[in-house]
Amino acid sequence: MISATTRPQLAAKARLRFDRQSSRYMLLYPEKGLELSPTAADIVKLCTGEHTVAAIVTQLAEKYDTAAPDVEREVLAFLGALADRGLVRDAV
Amino acid sequence: MSDAPRPYTLIAELTYRCPLRCVYCSNPVDYARYSEELATDTWLRVFREAEALGVVQLNLTGGEPLVRDDLEQLVAGARELDLYTNLITSAVPLRRERLSELRRLGLDNVQISIQDVRAAESDRIAGVRAFDRKLEVAGWVKGLGLPLTLNEVLHRDNLDRIADVIALAERLGADRLELANTQYLGWALPNRAALLPTREQLDRGRAIAAEARDRLRGRMEVLFVVPDYYRDTPPACMDGWGRRFILVSPDGLALPCHAAHTLPGIAFDNVAQRALGEIWRESEGFSVFRGEGWMPEPCRSCDRRTVDFGGCRCQAFQLTGRADATDPVCWLSPDHGLIEQARGAAATPGERVFRYRTAIDTEKRPY
Repeated sequence: MISATTRPQLAAKARLRFDRQSSRYMLLYPEKGLELSPTAADIVKLCTGEHTVAAIVTQLAEKYDTAAPDVEREVLAFLGALADRGLVRDAV
Repeated sequence: MSDAPRPYTLIAELTYRCPLRCVYCSNPVDYARYSEELATDTWLRVFREAEALGVVQLNLTGGEPLVRDDLEQLVAGARELDLYTNLITSAVPLRRERLSELRRLGLDNVQISIQDVRAAESDRIAGVRAFDRKLEVAGWVKGLGLPLTLNEVLHRDNLDRIADVIALAERLGADRLELANTQYLGWALPNRAALLPTREQLDRGRAIAAEARDRLRGRMEVLFVVPDYYRDTPPACMDGWGRRFILVSPDGLALPCHAAHTLPGIAFDNVAQRALGEIWRESEGFSVFRGEGWMPEPCRSCDRRTVDFGGCRCQAFQLTGRADATDPVCWLSPDHGLIEQARGAAATPGERVFRYRTAIDTEKRPY
């Protein structure tokens, strides 16, 4: 489960790639790829295993000038969906 | 401007050579006719041209891709293009040092096939002793920190043991498990009577896979692919002809799927002679079944025509002799009786003999 204290890290099978055709990032994994919105790409770029979800939320709330609880809701939902696909895991 | 769609995946069949002789091999039955193999530089150019078209996924397959001694160069070239590279292998010829080097050069994923969860049965289907080796190599893959896909092709002799396959995949730490039923093309078609399971077997297997998919969510992706023969409507074969995939055969034919070159009367271009982008956008081979213009009834007026694209052209040809027929898998096809006959035969006990993959056409032998 992803929570505020999780330090999300991309799984070994997942790789982020900038796509010139769509000017968006894609998250690639075996046989599949997800086209990411700019905000989703910002979240994935912070999934290095160093930052907690709480720290990611703080950083993005500042960047997008949005209330932290709203950002947290979105970040948790998105990372939860990635975790269900085995694309992120807790670094600890 | 061309209105050709964007391809996402290049399937590079580097060779038809393989140490295994699996009875359901998807290579053409007359694969020995295509003995020429593309040179390293040509493959590297094909990768560049594919990436320029939009391809992001590269499957290195065959045959057994490890028999190519330029595999390192190909993996390095793919990584320079930032392609997600998946090595699809029997694992038999692999050494640990070579795997480690391939990882260093940028390989993203390794897919290993097993033929059964029991060593003797796996080796019987493969026609050679290979099972223990496969498990050893799977251990190296995880030990080196590479993601592992385990693949088992299912049929009537192994479908009742998929719970054991799931347990094995868990033990190996596989990231993805593909439980893919045999599709009856290539070598599987002459072996259909020996391979096609019963509907009861399939339903039990599907239920076990569904339970595992839920239980293992987030840890291991579990995929269960039913055989077309037990569907009422066909799946979108290759996501539609010339829509998402490009396959290049060992001798350089650019194809919409593994078996398109077995369809008669269609000119497929060779990447050694023509740029891949041009082939994708303009060639007869990629255009012939693209879109809806070619469709017969009942496809032409069917709501599912944009969902299944008329099904599999190769299956239609193999079963009806006409590549532009509705896939007989569809319950609306006038040829659907052929599928029902095969299901009926599967429900009937009888002698079942395998025909192994071989370069010699055994059917033409006088004895």
